[in-house]
Amino acid sequence: MSEENTPKEVEAAVETSNETEVAEAHSTKVNAEKVNVFYGDNHALKDITIKIPEHQVTSFIGPSGCGKSTFLRCINRMNDTIDICRVEGTIEIDSRDIYDRAIDVVQLRAKVGMVFQKPNPFPKSIYDNIAYGPRIHGMVAGKTDTDELVEASLRRAGLWDEVKDRLEEPGTGLSGGQQQRLCIARAIAVSPQVILMDEPCSALDPIATARIEELIDELRQNFTIVIVTHSMQQAARVSQKTAFFHLGDLVEQGNTEQIFTNPEDKRTQDYITGRFG
Amino acid sequence: MSSTDHIVKSFDEELSRLSDQISRMGGLAEVQIERAIESLQRRNSEEAAHIIEEDMRIDELQVEIEELAIQMIARRQPLATDLRATVAGLKIAPLIERIGDYAKNIARRTIALNQNPPIKPMFTIPRMGRMSRGMVQDVLDAFSNNDLAKARAVWERDAELDDMYDSLFRELLTYMMEDPRSITSCTHLLFVARNIERIGDIATNIAEIVHYQVEGQPLTEDRPKTDEASVTVVDNN
Repeated sequence: MSEENTPKEVEAAVETSNETEVAEAHSTKVNAEKVNVFYGDNHALKDITIKIPEHQVTSFIGPSGCGKSTFLRCINRMNDTIDICRVEGTIEIDSRDIYDRAIDVVQLRAKVGMVFQKPNPFPKSIYDNIAYGPRIHGMVAGKTDTDELVEASLRRAGLWDEVKDRLEEPGTGLSGGQQQRLCIARAIAVSPQVILMDEPCSALDPIATARIEELIDELRQNFTIVIVTHSMQQAARVSQKTAFFHLGDLVEQGNTEQIFTNPEDKRTQDYITGRFG
Repeated sequence: MSSTDHIVKSFDEELSRLSDQISRMGGLAEVQIERAIESLQRRNSEEAAHIIEEDMRIDELQVEIEELAIQMIARRQPLATDLRATVAGLKIAPLIERIGDYAKNIARRTIALNQNPPIKPMFTIPRMGRMSRGMVQDVLDAFSNNDLAKARAVWERDAELDDMYDSLFRELLTYMMEDPRSITSCTHLLFVARNIERIGDIATNIAEIVHYQVEGQPLTEDRPKTDEASVTVVDNN
């Protein structure tokens, strides 16, 4: 084996570090197979099979009521809180079935964090919003530990500089965009591996949206992100893999680039070009 | 894929307008090619001057089409087939404008040629002219109708045009060697033939764009090409 890189090796290295990453090159973080979800008699999701790649952003798109948020909530078992909801099929994270009886659902929800459409900070100080999770999970030993973790989380969410001088103020006193970043910091604080985002920017202005999108791009270095969005352009901008849901079916999934320039299914084409009647 | 209407009707109207304007621009260019060849054959300098003036209308359409495509990108953020159609329009407009320029250039050469006595009758040039005009017409039809087969046929037909150019090149070289007084005229004719051959090349570029629009992938094959003229040598003996 040669010591120096041959031109071919250099070329190959440049290609793989290229921005347009192929989803298949990453290992699978979340593996869903034939997932069916029922709300009572209503068959809301049908035979959903999808692999969510690690350290990438996967977006779920589709018209209202198609099941994308329902499926998102399956990944951290939030649907357990809905009495009439029944989930069948397999969802594995790191090859472990998350619906296995031995799984501690509280731990699962720390490992798989969630950010919602409407920012929902706790009615606590900014500091305590972040500190709450790590404290109850026993992740921090004392005040110094907690201070460091709060600062680290707020820095990663791009919020530290704006709030470092007012950590004791209520989280609800922040602007919409700041509140959402606070919620992201809160999710990050408990060291998740996957972050689920359900239309995280719907309630935000364009500048706040842009900052969250930038943050998502940075976060995927360390986390696996799944985002539900109504904005086609946002999905095209932030994600590497896209899945299109329609009436409970997973119609098409693939590289984001390909889905938005040359989708295979007519339903996907009609939806993303605004031709749905 | 068949096209259903957009929920927002004005989007459909804009896409139609883009396509219509390209067809109009193409139609003008085709007429310019035809008239240029006619004015050459008939040695009609007045007709040639008219062609040179008319080229402005093609240029104006290019500006309009590009403006429309840019507005659509800004307003509609088109995706999938809409995006490819908009980008195709943006790419095709300047190509048609160049076709118009080549036709205008032929008209200019006609005026120059008419200063000198006519040389031997040239059958090849009008044949080439008709062929290139046909290619432009067919490829723009293919664009309007997303007709991949038709576009591909144009793409392949260019080899024949290249062959005609190659043999005309040799012919003109021998004329010039036989009679040096014909050098000026023959050189102009060489340029005319070259312009027509370039029009054919542009038609194949448009065919490749049609391929991208329909298939969503660029055409990666090498076009069958027989460009021997650039390496042709005719013996002086």
